[in-house]
Amino acid sequence: MPPWRAPRTLPTLPLLVTVVIAVVASPLVFIVVQAGQSGWAEAQRLLGRPLIATLLWHTASLAVVVTLGAVTLGFAAAYLVERTDLPARRWWTVVLAMPLAVPEFVHGYSWVSLFPQVQGYWGAVLVMTSSLYPLVFLPVAATLRRFDASAEEVARSLGHGRWVTLWRVTVPLTRPALAGGALLVSLYLLGEYGAFAMLRYTTFATAIFTEYQLGFDAASASLLTLVLCALALFLVTLDARAGRRGRLVRQGATARPGPPIALGRWKAPALVGVTALTATALGVPLFALGYWLLRGSSTTLPPASILGAATTTLGYALTAAAVATAAAVPVALYSWRRDNRLARAAERTAYLTRALPGIAIALSIVFFAVRYAQPLYQQPPLLVGGYVILFFPLALTAVRASLAQVPPGIEEVARSLGTRPLAVLLRVTMPLIVPGLGAAAAMVALTASTELTATLLLCPTGTQTLATQFWAYTTGMAYGAAAPYAALMVALSAPAVLLLTRRTLGPHRIGDAT
Amino acid sequence: MRRTVRPVLALCAVSLSLAVAGCGSSAVPAATTAAGAQAATGGSLAGQSLTVYSGQHQQTVQVLVKDFESRTGVKVQLRSGDEAELANQIMQEGKASPADVFYAENPPALTNLEERGLLAPVDTKTLQTVSASDSSAKSDWVGVSARTAAFVFNTDKMSASSAPSSVRDLAGAAWKGKLGIAPSETDFAPIITRMIATDGQAAAKTWLEGLKANAKVYNSNEDLVAAVNRGEVAGGVIDHYYWYRLRDEQGAGKIHSALHYFTPGDPGALVDVSGAAVLSASKHQSAAQAWLAYLTSTPAQTIIATSQSYEYPLAAGVQNTKVAQPLAQVGTVASPGELGDGKQALQLLQDAGLL
Repeated sequence: MPPWRAPRTLPTLPLLVTVVIAVVASPLVFIVVQAGQSGWAEAQRLLGRPLIATLLWHTASLAVVVTLGAVTLGFAAAYLVERTDLPARRWWTVVLAMPLAVPEFVHGYSWVSLFPQVQGYWGAVLVMTSSLYPLVFLPVAATLRRFDASAEEVARSLGHGRWVTLWRVTVPLTRPALAGGALLVSLYLLGEYGAFAMLRYTTFATAIFTEYQLGFDAASASLLTLVLCALALFLVTLDARAGRRGRLVRQGATARPGPPIALGRWKAPALVGVTALTATALGVPLFALGYWLLRGSSTTLPPASILGAATTTLGYALTAAAVATAAAVPVALYSWRRDNRLARAAERTAYLTRALPGIAIALSIVFFAVRYAQPLYQQPPLLVGGYVILFFPLALTAVRASLAQVPPGIEEVARSLGTRPLAVLLRVTMPLIVPGLGAAAAMVALTASTELTATLLLCPTGTQTLATQFWAYTTGMAYGAAAPYAALMVALSAPAVLLLTRRTLGPHRIGDAT
Repeated sequence: MRRTVRPVLALCAVSLSLAVAGCGSSAVPAATTAAGAQAATGGSLAGQSLTVYSGQHQQTVQVLVKDFESRTGVKVQLRSGDEAELANQIMQEGKASPADVFYAENPPALTNLEERGLLAPVDTKTLQTVSASDSSAKSDWVGVSARTAAFVFNTDKMSASSAPSSVRDLAGAAWKGKLGIAPSETDFAPIITRMIATDGQAAAKTWLEGLKANAKVYNSNEDLVAAVNRGEVAGGVIDHYYWYRLRDEQGAGKIHSALHYFTPGDPGALVDVSGAAVLSASKHQSAAQAWLAYLTSTPAQTIIATSQSYEYPLAAGVQNTKVAQPLAQVGTVASPGELGDGKQALQLLQDAGLL
């Protein structure tokens, strides 16, 4: 039974995919070209210095521990809200996703400003795990909400206990979601700068920034970035192996949800657990923001410009969300239907940029724009383009996840009824993945509205976003003055998280009717 | 007399639209100034626009921009960011850069652009308003303000009398576990550059290794000064203004730290300039030169001296009233030539494993 027998695709699709990937991957070209300029001897010196081993160790150990932590917490939280009779599950679902509304650098500063001892390796583990676990929680919850209870029931009827069933049936069925979430978490960790800078933890991303800062040398910084690319490629390949083996497609048209599992005496510990997680991941940043707002002596009433910055931020974020989502659709469609070299290369390449520090990507966009798109340089479309390149992987993940939910036979049925491929796409496939598109857009909008590095380099001269203003005040040590901008960033992001939660998870949930 | 006339001349040189009002009230005939000369050949700058990439303290630069705009009628597009990011951006932009002016925090950012031939010579009149050693030896950029490196210490953990007189002392065993440094800050590398010049490459390397053994490493001076203030480490090397800004932010009552200055002449008693340059690719050369002239004029220098930047003005006759230690007592300004492009210091930092 080959459910993936590819129907004749639209001839334009491979072309479209190639164009999108060429644009998204353009920073890699820049990085390779720049790295090549340092010369072999200098490259050896730079890569052979003592710091490189430290960076590799720091980056790798952090990626492993945080990813495992985020996967564990994300899965456990998703299981509790989707499959058990945890009280107030609807509320918990939203609250558990909310840390996404807080940018990582705000997370980092919140902890450091309240608990100075939170720093270094364990500080980074704590802050990054508690801010990134929703990237696992959301896709896993979506999968759990949609999947058919019969597999679990079969396992139970064969006499397996609840834990065995969980480990042998439920976890494998959610593997694509787990792998996708783990990939995003680990790629985020490779590229994150702001939070680690706050937490005094040196990784490749912070070292690359320093290289630009002190050496004024794109060549040696690009060399380090190449190492980061190699790490990212390794992760993406790993994900392709882990995720594909468990490639899960709902076979029937409707999944039959099972009854919620009674927690019994585990109810209290479960409640304590989700409360602790929420307090760590959401309570601390919200408390810190309130604390800055009230305490910082530089706090004055936010100037009128804060409204302008908010509007600008929102405009860019929404436009970038729409474009990135639109660009992700052909790539997701193509790699969903085809399992050829182009499809695989497209997907893997698309993810690489996620792991690169914003400054490397931003400078590469500067490089290309001044040469090939001069009239657009430092104009709004270019900043949108920058966001699309930066956040394309997020859109792709969400669109891909929603395609995985489309029953494979359905397009063939439509086509056998004589409908042309384009019409099938527009009338059958697209309506089915619209919720996924909403999730993709929300995810991009959310991340773009808090982006800092690329915004500083690419935004039209004279305009300010909330993130750039926050930055301007924190570097001047005016934390109180910065707080309103951070608070507004979080407030603007909250509706996107809400939308993301609802769109990702969809309407059905077991036990909701009761 | 000299002290009053020179700033007035400088002011006239830039404020064309103000020439009537401002200089009219002074005794200096407008025709004898650079502004007068410019007015005769090119007319007013009013209506022109100027793009300034600024790595300097944003709040202060915004005040300067407003003042400049109202004096000249030039519209300034301000792009504020990290000086290193902006310098890298200009390098990538090359001749296509929309920037007319780059206003940096430290000489190496400017020197790197100078070495790539991206800067235009600064008007002689502007260069003359500050001491020659404050600007580029090649006249490609002009010094605008200065700040000094200092030792910040926690007053609960140690007394001023036990503070080090030389930055060299910090590599000693007495400082093990008590010191904080921020080696990735652009202000830190110039100290190493000076150490290389005074003590030699090998000694500088040994010193860095000693620091590495003693110190907790922070990512920024903001983090470092806050850590010293709360007693996480006993002391650290920062630029003096970070301490003043912390005091403003937390309120004097929450301050448990104080500044101590290294002995003048010590590599740690580093007075470092901020400067500005006109890009050679700029299409608004005269407006850009006017902005540089403005930055070194009395009104702008007074704004800098009284702002929250806590920097020392460089023009003669303008004093900083907000900083306790006068510039003359801190040390002499490190010449940009002495600081170079910072590449040697960077390599030492890398070899020592600090970067």
